Amino acid sequence: MSGLKINNKALAWFDQRLPIISMMHHSGVEYPTPKNLNYWWNFGSLAGFILVVMILTGIFLVMNYTAHTSMAFDSVERIMRDVNYGWLLRYLHMNGASMFFILVYIHIFRNMYYGSYKAPREVLWWVGILIFLAMMATAFMGYVLPWGQMSFWGATVITNLFSAFPIVGDPIVTWLWGGFAVDNPTLNRFFSLHYLLPFVIFALVFVHVWALHTVKSNNPLGIDIKTPQDTIPFHPYYTIKDLFGIGVFLMFFLAFVFWAPNFFGEPDNYIPANPMVTPPHIVPEWYFLPFYAILRAVPDKLGGVLMMFGAIIVLFFLPWLDSSKVRSAKFRPFYKQLFWVFFADCVFLGYLGGKPAEGWYVPASQIATAYYFLHFLVILPLLGKFEKPRALPASISAPVLKGGGPATAGAHAQPMEKA
Amino acid sequence: MADSAHLAQPSSTDGQTRRDFLLYATTAVGVAGTGLALWPFVHSMNPAADTLALSTTDVDLAALQPGQAITVVWQGKPVFVRHRTPEEIERSVSEDTADLRDPQKDADRIQKPEWLVLIGVCTHLGCVPLGQKPADPKGDYGGWFCPCHGSHYDTSGRIRKGPAPLNLPVPPYAFTSDTTIRIG
Amino acid sequence: MRKLIISTLVAAGLAGTAGIAQASEAGAPLMTEKWSWEGLFGRYDQAQLRRGFTVFHGVCSNCHSLSLVAYRNLAAVGLTEDEIKAVAAERELADAPNDEGTVLMRAGRPSDKYISPFPNDQAAAAANMGALPPDLSLMAKARLGGPNYIYSLMLGYMDEVPEGAEIPEGKYYNTYFPGHAISMPPQMMDDLVEYADGTAATKEQIAKDIVAFLNWTAEPELEERKSMGLKVMIFLAVLTALFYALKRQIWKDVH
Repeated sequence: MSGLKINNKALAWFDQRLPIISMMHHSGVEYPTPKNLNYWWNFGSLAGFILVVMILTGIFLVMNYTAHTSMAFDSVERIMRDVNYGWLLRYLHMNGASMFFILVYIHIFRNMYYGSYKAPREVLWWVGILIFLAMMATAFMGYVLPWGQMSFWGATVITNLFSAFPIVGDPIVTWLWGGFAVDNPTLNRFFSLHYLLPFVIFALVFVHVWALHTVKSNNPLGIDIKTPQDTIPFHPYYTIKDLFGIGVFLMFFLAFVFWAPNFFGEPDNYIPANPMVTPPHIVPEWYFLPFYAILRAVPDKLGGVLMMFGAIIVLFFLPWLDSSKVRSAKFRPFYKQLFWVFFADCVFLGYLGGKPAEGWYVPASQIATAYYFLHFLVILPLLGKFEKPRALPASISAPVLKGGGPATAGAHAQPMEKA
Repeated sequence: MADSAHLAQPSSTDGQTRRDFLLYATTAVGVAGTGLALWPFVHSMNPAADTLALSTTDVDLAALQPGQAITVVWQGKPVFVRHRTPEEIERSVSEDTADLRDPQKDADRIQKPEWLVLIGVCTHLGCVPLGQKPADPKGDYGGWFCPCHGSHYDTSGRIRKGPAPLNLPVPPYAFTSDTTIRIG
Repeated sequence: MRKLIISTLVAAGLAGTAGIAQASEAGAPLMTEKWSWEGLFGRYDQAQLRRGFTVFHGVCSNCHSLSLVAYRNLAAVGLTEDEIKAVAAERELADAPNDEGTVLMRAGRPSDKYISPFPNDQAAAAANMGALPPDLSLMAKARLGGPNYIYSLMLGYMDEVPEGAEIPEGKYYNTYFPGHAISMPPQMMDDLVEYADGTAATKEQIAKDIVAFLNWTAEPELEERKSMGLKVMIFLAVLTALFYALKRQIWKDVH
C-alpha cells in the first residue's frame, strides 16, 4: 500500500485502523495496468456495472413481488401497471439479464482469444467460471419467478435433468421441488435462492478482482509487464475509459428496454403458468441455447446431461489443455483461425438450441457438439505442439515491429518469456 | 457513474483549462444523470396506482344506535364512526371554550352533530385508541383513551391530556344518503 | 469504435437466434399492418383506442375477461369519470361479507378490475362448448407476432374449409390459428358496432381498432416508455460524448 498520503487527520486515523482508503486507492487508483488494453477489456467492468444494476432493480422489484403460485403472475403485472415506474424496473431487470450474459460471453471469448486463462491466471479463470455458473443458476431461477408458462415449463424441464442420474435422480428431483411437481414450494425456494445468489456473485466478483490484482491484467500482446513504462495507473486512464464504455453500453441496453423490451423474451411467458398444458415449443432463454443444443445432441438422457455439464467442466481444465506457451492469438496464426471456428461453432450451437430437435438439426447439433469438445480435448493440446508462433515483441512499450516482418526484433518463436 | 473527480495533471495552462472544463462538465452531467436515474427507484416505493384508487369506503349507518360506534377500514387505517348521544354533543360544544391543546370547535369537526367520524390513529405514535366498544375505557373526557402512552381524547376527538399533540383527524367524507356516508 | 460496433452486432446476432419471426404458429405468414404505436416515436391513436374499447365492450367482453385492467385505467382510452363509473356498474361482483356474514353482490367500481363475464373458468368453458375464452389483457404480448397475429386471426376465417382440412363439429377454420380449428366463431363483420365518431365500421376497421385496444391493454406504459426513452437517449449521447472527449484528453500523452 504505497503512494498515498492522506492529509486529513481524521481519515488518516481511520485508515491506520482499517485501511479501506489506502486499499481502494491501491487497487482502484494506483493499480498498474498495461497501457495497451483495447476496448475488449471494457467488458469486465461492464459486467460488474450490470451486476449492480441487476441487484438494485431486483431489490426494488422484490418490494412489490409476491412469491406464491396464485399471486406471482398478477404481482408482476401489478408492477408493470400500477407501481410507479414499475415497468421500467422490471424491463431493466429482464433485459439486464440478457445484457449480463452478452457482456460475460464477450468477456469469456476475449479471454480465450488473448489466452488470459494461462499461467499465472488459472485461479482467476476458475473464479470467472464459478461466476458464470452462479449467473446461470440465478438467471434460471429468476426466470421462474413471474410464473408464466415458460417459467413453469422451464423449471420442470431443467429440474428434470437431475432425474437422469440413476438411483439418486428421482429423490433429488423431488427434493428440489419440495413436492411431486413444480409448485408453490419450488417457487418459494427459487425466490429465496434467486435473492441470495447475486450476493454470492458479488462476493465472487470481489475474489475475481482480487486474483486479477494479484497476477495483474493480461493484455492484447499476451506478454508480461516488464517495466513501469509498460503500465499506467488505473485512474484516471481506465476509469474514464470504462465510463465511456458504460455510456456506449447503456445506449445499447436501454434501446432494448425502451423500444423492444420483449425482444429477448418468449410470448408464452405472458400466459399464466398452467401445469396441465405444455406450450408447443419450449425453449430456454437464449443464453442457455448452446448448452441446450448439446443436451439434445445426445440421444441418451444421462449422456446428454453429462455432456452438458461436461461442456462447462472442460473449461476448468482449459489452462492445461492448451499446450501453447504463447498467450495472445495475435502471435498464433493457426489458433487465430481456429478461435473463430470455435466461436462460430458456439453461435451455431445457440442457433440449433432454438430449433426443434428434428430433421437436419439433429445431426448438425451432434457435429457441432463433437467439434466443441474436439476443440478443447484434441485441437488445443496438439496445436501448441505443432504451431509455430510469430515473434513476440520485447515489451509492451516497444511492441511495434516496424515493417511487421517476422524477423525484426528479438529472434523468432521464443515461446514465452517464463510464463 | 461519475466519480471522475480529481483528475487534473497539469501540462500546459491552455490544455489544463480545457481539460478542467471538460472534467467539470462531465462530472456535472454525470452526477445529474445518476440523480435522475435514482428517482424511479425512490418513486417506486410511493403508493402505487391501485393503492391510490382504493381510497373510498362506504359505511351504512342505519343500524347504529345513539351511543354506539363502529370501526371501518379506510386506506388501511381504522376509521371511528360514533353515533353521539345528545349529552355527548352538548358536552362537546360546551367544551369548545376549554383550554384545548389543538383548539378547534366541535362544529368544525362534524357535518351532522350526531355523527362523529374520525381517523382512529393516535396522533402521538400511531396506536389505535380504545373507546369504541361499550366496555372500553374512554379516558377522562368520555371519548377515547390511547393505551400506548396514555393520551385522552374527548367526545369530539380532541386531545385533552397525554403526550399526543393533535386532535384525531377527520377524514374527508360525504353523506350519500341520510344513513350512508362515503369516506374518501 | 469499430470493434464496439462489431461486438454489438455479434451480440445482436446471438440474441437473434431467439428471434421474433412474423410467422404464425400455424405457419402462414401473418397479415401485417402499420400500427401507430410502432417505431421510435410511436404513440396510440386516442380515437382508435376509444373505438377499440367500443368493440371490446360491445362484443369481446361478452365472453372474454380482461382481468388485469381496472375500470379506472379506461381514462387512458378517453372515457370520462362518469362513463367509467357507468361501465364499472354494469356488472356485479361478490362483496366482502356484511355484518351478518352474508355475501351480497355489489356493482363494480372504478377501482375494480374489469369484471369477468363468468364467475370462474369452468363456467366460462361450460358456456362456450368446453373451450375457455382466454383472458385478453396480455394477448398482444402473449402470441407470436403480437398485434399482427390478432389482426390476422380476426380476419383469417374461411367460409369454406380448404380441401384436406378436418374441422370438427362446432369449430371454425382459421388460417392463422395453430391447427386451424378454432372454437371462437368469426366475429368481424361490417357494422358490427356503431362508432360514435362516425368512422365507417368496416370489418377491417373493427379488426384494427380492437387490435389497438388490446395492444394498449397489454402495454399501457408504451407511450411513457418511448417518450422517456428519447429523453434518456439524448442525455446519454451527450454524456457519452463528454466521456469520450475527456478520455481523449486524458489519454493524449500515452503511447
